[in-house]
Amino acid sequence: MNSIFSIHTWRFFALVILQVLIFNHINFLGYINPYIYILFIALFPVKNNRIILILLSFFLGIIIDFFLDTGGIHAAACVFIGYVRPVALKFSFGTIYEHQTVKFNSVDFGAKLNYLTFLTIMHHLMLFSLEIFNFSKIILVLQKTLFSSIFTILLCITINIIFSRKAK
Amino acid sequence: MQQIINFIIRNKNFLLFLLLFGISILFTVQSHSYHKSKFINSANLLTGGVYNSINNISGYFNLKSQNQLLVEENTRLRSLLRNSIIKLGSTFIDSLSFDETYKFYNANIIKNSYSLTNNFLTINKGKNDSIKQDFGVISSKGIIGIIDKTSANYGTVLSILNTTSRISAQLKKTNHFGTLTWNGKSPQLIQLIDIPKVAKFKVGDTIITSGRSSIFPKKIDIGTVESFKLDDAENYYQIEVKLFNDMTNIEHVYIIENIEVKEITNLEKSQNE
Repeated sequence: MNSIFSIHTWRFFALVILQVLIFNHINFLGYINPYIYILFIALFPVKNNRIILILLSFFLGIIIDFFLDTGGIHAAACVFIGYVRPVALKFSFGTIYEHQTVKFNSVDFGAKLNYLTFLTIMHHLMLFSLEIFNFSKIILVLQKTLFSSIFTILLCITINIIFSRKAK
Repeated sequence: MQQIINFIIRNKNFLLFLLLFGISILFTVQSHSYHKSKFINSANLLTGGVYNSINNISGYFNLKSQNQLLVEENTRLRSLLRNSIIKLGSTFIDSLSFDETYKFYNANIIKNSYSLTNNFLTINKGKNDSIKQDFGVISSKGIIGIIDKTSANYGTVLSILNTTSRISAQLKKTNHFGTLTWNGKSPQLIQLIDIPKVAKFKVGDTIITSGRSSIFPKKIDIGTVESFKLDDAENYYQIEVKLFNDMTNIEHVYIIENIEVKEITNLEKSQNE
């Protein structure tokens, strides 16, 4: 329990620092940035209390907001995916999730890709519609969501492969 | 009573979600209205400190281009100085010195941002350096934005690349003025709207600040006309302005304080009554 706790604490702060200092300055083609900090929410242990996850998502989002001067858009998007995560789990892992035995190191790659894609698109759609806050610019929202999602998913999968320990 | 408590316990996840989501939306809405983002900004001690220490390191990477910019400005100022010495003694009004009305401070950008639709920059000067809200911020090439929030040692700047920013600007040739806005698309182009249909101009003309607000002095460069069209009602021009500034690469900026701003606002207030 203790080691799991400390792993997630480290992951929280490491992802915030990486996001703020590196990944927000990529600006690929002028505006495309990956938002890799959602990995924290995605990889949070399944068995834990939902309340804790929702609260932690909020704090994660609000810290990112502090750094980026973006009001509350990251907090809102994070809380949203923190709340809908069980839906995503059920959607992509099916029966394994029903038995509460999902371990992110041992599930097969396709299901994991599915799961991350679902969460990323939810998060980005929420994030960009709040950032632009204008229904008449819906094309811009969708365009930003699409490009940033591709970037985020690629990076998340890469990070996941690099840092995952072999499941025994 | 029992039922209410049961309801709360049964739906605690959803209620917590609603509560936190509501708080976030509140912060978002606040940040969309000008000058209202109460405490979610990067001018506080923690975030300012982190950005400052990182800027100490990353500042070395573009020393060369920043030095080039400063050298260019020095050259320009030196030539101005020379010209004004020659003309001394004749009845000559130097339009570039702002007498004693404006005070200048220098600062460094420690956090730049241009890819969002509402961009804020962070600078390393704050209340301790007598920087306050609504001071103008310019670079050697043109305007950058307006001071939004200040803490003891840091400040945030509402960039011109912000869809809520409104700055008064005019054509250099004639005195037709309009409002600068940004549509959130390209960091090189901003939009000048409400220029009357009678104004005559062509592509390549210079746009400057109008000096009609108490924030910026008159005749600070902004950019050149890239293209223009009439708006939907066909009464006003919408001009795409190409900025002189490269907003993606700025480091040294100047902050302008208008010393007589209190007098101006008092006068305007007394007229309204």
